[in-house]
Amino acid sequence: MAVTGILMLLFLILHMAGNLKIFFGRDDFDSYAHWLRTIGSPVLHNAWFLWIQRFVLLVAIALHAVSAYQLSRRDLKARPEKYAHRLRPTASYATNTMRFGGIIIGLFVIYHILDLTALVANPNGVEGAAYDNVVADFSHWYIALAYIVAMLALCLHIAHGFWSAARTLGAVTSATRATAYKATAGVLAAVITLGFLAVPIAVMAGLVD
Amino acid sequence: MSDTFGYTVGTDLADKAAPDGPIETRWSRRKFEAKLVNPANRRKHRVIVVGTGLAGGSAGATLAEQGYHVIQFCFQDSPRRAHSIAAQGGINAAKNYRNDGDSVRRLFYDTIKGGDFRARESNVHRLAEASVQIIDQCVAQGVPFAREYSGLLDTRSFGGVQVQRTFYARGQTGQQLLLGAYQALSRQIDAGNVEMHARTEMLDLVVIDGRARGIVARDLVTGEVSTYMADAVVLATGGYGNVFYLSTNAKNSNASAIWRAHKRGAYLANPCYTQIHPTCIPRSGDYQSKLTLMSESLRNDGRIWVPKNPGDTRSPDVIPEDERDYYLERIYPAFGNLVPRDIASRAAKNVCDEGRGVGPGGLGVYLDFGDAIRRLGEASVREKYGNLFDMYQRITGENPYKVPMRIYPAIHYTMGGLWVDYDLQSTIPGMFVIGEANFSDHGANRLGASALMQGLADGYFVLPPMLGNYLASNKLAPVDASAPEAVAAHTESTERLAKLLAADGDRTPDSFHKELGELLWDNCGMARSDAGLRKALGRLTELREEFWSRVKVPGTGAELNQSLEKANRIADFIEFGELMCLDALHRAESCGGHFREESQTPDGEALRDDDNFAYAAAWEFTGVGSPPVLHKENLEFDEVHLAQRSYA
Amino acid sequence: MKLTLRIWRQSGPNAQGTLVDYVLDDVSPEMSFLEMLDVLNEKLILDGDIPVTFDHDCREGICGACGMVVNGAPHGPQTLTTTCQLHMRTFSDGDTIVIEPWRSAAFPVVKDLMVDRSAFDRIIQAGGYVSVTTGSAPEANTQLVPKPDADLAFENAECIGCGACVAACPNGSSMLFVSAKVSHLNVLPQGQPERESRVVGMVEQMDAEGFGGCTNTGECTNACPKGIPQASIARLNKEYLRASLTHRR
Repeated sequence: MAVTGILMLLFLILHMAGNLKIFFGRDDFDSYAHWLRTIGSPVLHNAWFLWIQRFVLLVAIALHAVSAYQLSRRDLKARPEKYAHRLRPTASYATNTMRFGGIIIGLFVIYHILDLTALVANPNGVEGAAYDNVVADFSHWYIALAYIVAMLALCLHIAHGFWSAARTLGAVTSATRATAYKATAGVLAAVITLGFLAVPIAVMAGLVD
Repeated sequence: MSDTFGYTVGTDLADKAAPDGPIETRWSRRKFEAKLVNPANRRKHRVIVVGTGLAGGSAGATLAEQGYHVIQFCFQDSPRRAHSIAAQGGINAAKNYRNDGDSVRRLFYDTIKGGDFRARESNVHRLAEASVQIIDQCVAQGVPFAREYSGLLDTRSFGGVQVQRTFYARGQTGQQLLLGAYQALSRQIDAGNVEMHARTEMLDLVVIDGRARGIVARDLVTGEVSTYMADAVVLATGGYGNVFYLSTNAKNSNASAIWRAHKRGAYLANPCYTQIHPTCIPRSGDYQSKLTLMSESLRNDGRIWVPKNPGDTRSPDVIPEDERDYYLERIYPAFGNLVPRDIASRAAKNVCDEGRGVGPGGLGVYLDFGDAIRRLGEASVREKYGNLFDMYQRITGENPYKVPMRIYPAIHYTMGGLWVDYDLQSTIPGMFVIGEANFSDHGANRLGASALMQGLADGYFVLPPMLGNYLASNKLAPVDASAPEAVAAHTESTERLAKLLAADGDRTPDSFHKELGELLWDNCGMARSDAGLRKALGRLTELREEFWSRVKVPGTGAELNQSLEKANRIADFIEFGELMCLDALHRAESCGGHFREESQTPDGEALRDDDNFAYAAAWEFTGVGSPPVLHKENLEFDEVHLAQRSYA
Repeated sequence: MKLTLRIWRQSGPNAQGTLVDYVLDDVSPEMSFLEMLDVLNEKLILDGDIPVTFDHDCREGICGACGMVVNGAPHGPQTLTTTCQLHMRTFSDGDTIVIEPWRSAAFPVVKDLMVDRSAFDRIIQAGGYVSVTTGSAPEANTQLVPKPDADLAFENAECIGCGACVAACPNGSSMLFVSAKVSHLNVLPQGQPERESRVVGMVEQMDAEGFGGCTNTGECTNACPKGIPQASIARLNKEYLRASLTHRR
């Protein structure tokens, strides 16, 4: 979970940074989208890098989901008889909603690919016109809302996930380091979420059209 | 003696295993003379070890390492929970790391003197010798002793001796040493050398042809009573402090194993030697189930006082300085609040008897840190004693930084136990007794930080070669659980349980235990008198009979039944209490923890009578309610000269 | 104080259990939680009922025998406190208190509030020791231990093996217990020769016992009466990763 999670986190940082190119206008954004297909050229054929990256991400997602499923099954088996009085939780909301949030994010990823990669769920749906496709999406309040909800779920997921991954990989072996890692997790989650949210908000506010 | 509480005097008892010659070489000579069991033959020998505390755990691990097949028992759910775990202060060892004049000889001397000249010189010297090796062994096991910044082991002073020889792991030394022994034992369990039976309690000893050959034990979960046979039996079942109901012992600590062995012929020595610790948290009501010790170290900075006037119930902060009586500082100006445990305890009892005690029931004295906080600052006091203050606050709900602590003495340790010779073998051949369960090393009073030392010395270093000697020297006929003696012991055990269940009376087991405890505390506690002991003995006879007719034990024997476990132990405690009072009555002198009101100096200090009582009293059982036989083992003091203690 | 106690009653390992209500009228705030149960049990015996079974021994917070889940909190609402050290002044007159056993597949209920924690013993047997045969130890001061290492080892060695970490973990994981012992022994020089085999053996045994997996919720540390830090779990993971890469069987 930790390794695949961190891999996806790295992707998200790049993805988020790329998204912000939308503020430089249509041409910039569309050519950025086109450039993504030419990475590695001429060594790699057109869009090969993209497909390699997609494959790696897909494997990461699959492994992340399978691990989550196996872990959950193991955890449920470890406590066959539930407490009559609910366990008093002392951990944060983010920690307690990892499974639920993960499912929300998973569903969103499927929709997101159908929407802006396969373009089958996009109101505009023109290949090569990434900018217009995005604007078309967020002109509908319900699509924007779904996006925002998913990003907030992602925020919580990263806030616990990053620090938890660090712990699983054996990196947080003292209380001072724990504080540092927790702070890093919070900053990462906030930056990534704000970065992603900037786009729909800008579209809805009319800053990008 | 010509009264109803009689006993007869039998032949004197001699320690036949004791070597002679220079005291420094006795132990090495005894080990050399001991016969050995060939390593290949060791696994053919089955050895039963009952108990997994410091003594039992270390013995089981060591015997298994040497190749014996060990069958070990504890009534707790895990061997890690034996009550040694609760020891706080530390463990003595004559390492002389401080270069402050310590030596094996000095530790030996301090222990003999601290025991008020009622322990065997040979045993104590061996204990002091072994102390050095214990620290090495425990450090190698990973016991996290306190260290200095240099990385070297730290030591502190303790229990009124003049050298710094106490090794410690914060206030949890017992826990850390026990976990070391438990881990060593776990390694042997994993290796298949120890067959561990947790939640299994010994009910009886099987003696065949005069030798200990097995035990009867009850699986506390299923209730099944089984017989286990072996070539030798080791009892490491701890002390009998819970005979008083309220003590610092764990709730389930009991005397049943040693009492049943006593009934099978093992002599029991000096049961009246009990140690009372002065700094415990007082009881708060009738429901009180146990007492909690606060480390003796608190007396370094706390000042003990009570109001000058009886019946003064004002809050301590409004009692002016001139109406307070810092009685230890007044009576013992030289040692002040740091007098030994027995002295501090008795003084607290005296002021409470005068009606000057504080807190509920007037059974408490103040341990005041007001001066220390003014002198050192609260932060500094917190640094030193923070965890103890927190514990006090958890239990009492009072903040000891603002309100003086209340303390009162409580039963803490028992020096008496089954009589053993130099080899730690009881009067039943093949039965060895180690740790607090035996009587051997502390005389009439134990020094602080010496209990852990004795438990581990016995288990790691003394018992194994002596047990080997027994096995190598005796040809043991094969026996199994169908032997008539084994069947009889099994039958007696199950019948006794059935009898407890059948009584179906109107009193709970605990109500008997509480009554027993109060009776003993009042008459055989901090101060004992001829009249009081006779009164207690009279009531004990009645209580024993009443118990068997009025006890109510719910449930059955074929299941987990904590009431049955309790009742079974209390029945033994009552009988044990009778012998304890008789021993206290017969010993018409004061020594160490045994204070007879008739035997004191003009200023109220304990007065020994070496002409008549310089012996260990070993009692032989002759039947419930029938007069036991006293065997005297005379104690010789060649190395340390007999002297009266004084702390004024 | 008058209290309603809702206690899990289960007559044996395979029996069906249920919560049963008991009312206690005169509970003193000065009583410990277990003394309150003692009072209930005395009453039950005299009423001809079967008293409530629970593990307990030292009653001073060090043996690790006691433990029950009180209103959803292992060892009760007070932090850094075992059930035996919890006092009734923490509760108020009229309270209903739900008392349940540790819930874990690896800790089957023996009876009422008593569970079988022998899984912990087996984990220790799988490597939670330093192999040093009695008598073979070198002089104690020949091996220096830096004070911070000694303190860290001690902090972890404080674990009392009560199982509250498992009871509190939403996943029923025993990582805190295992990490405490691995941290204790693996930071000390004495623990180095068996550093890898220890962690691998203990983790494999932990998995075999049926404990859940760790998702770093931290509930274990918050419930731990000895405050074993969550950082120990990271150290366990580190030791395990390191051993997986280097350890040869």
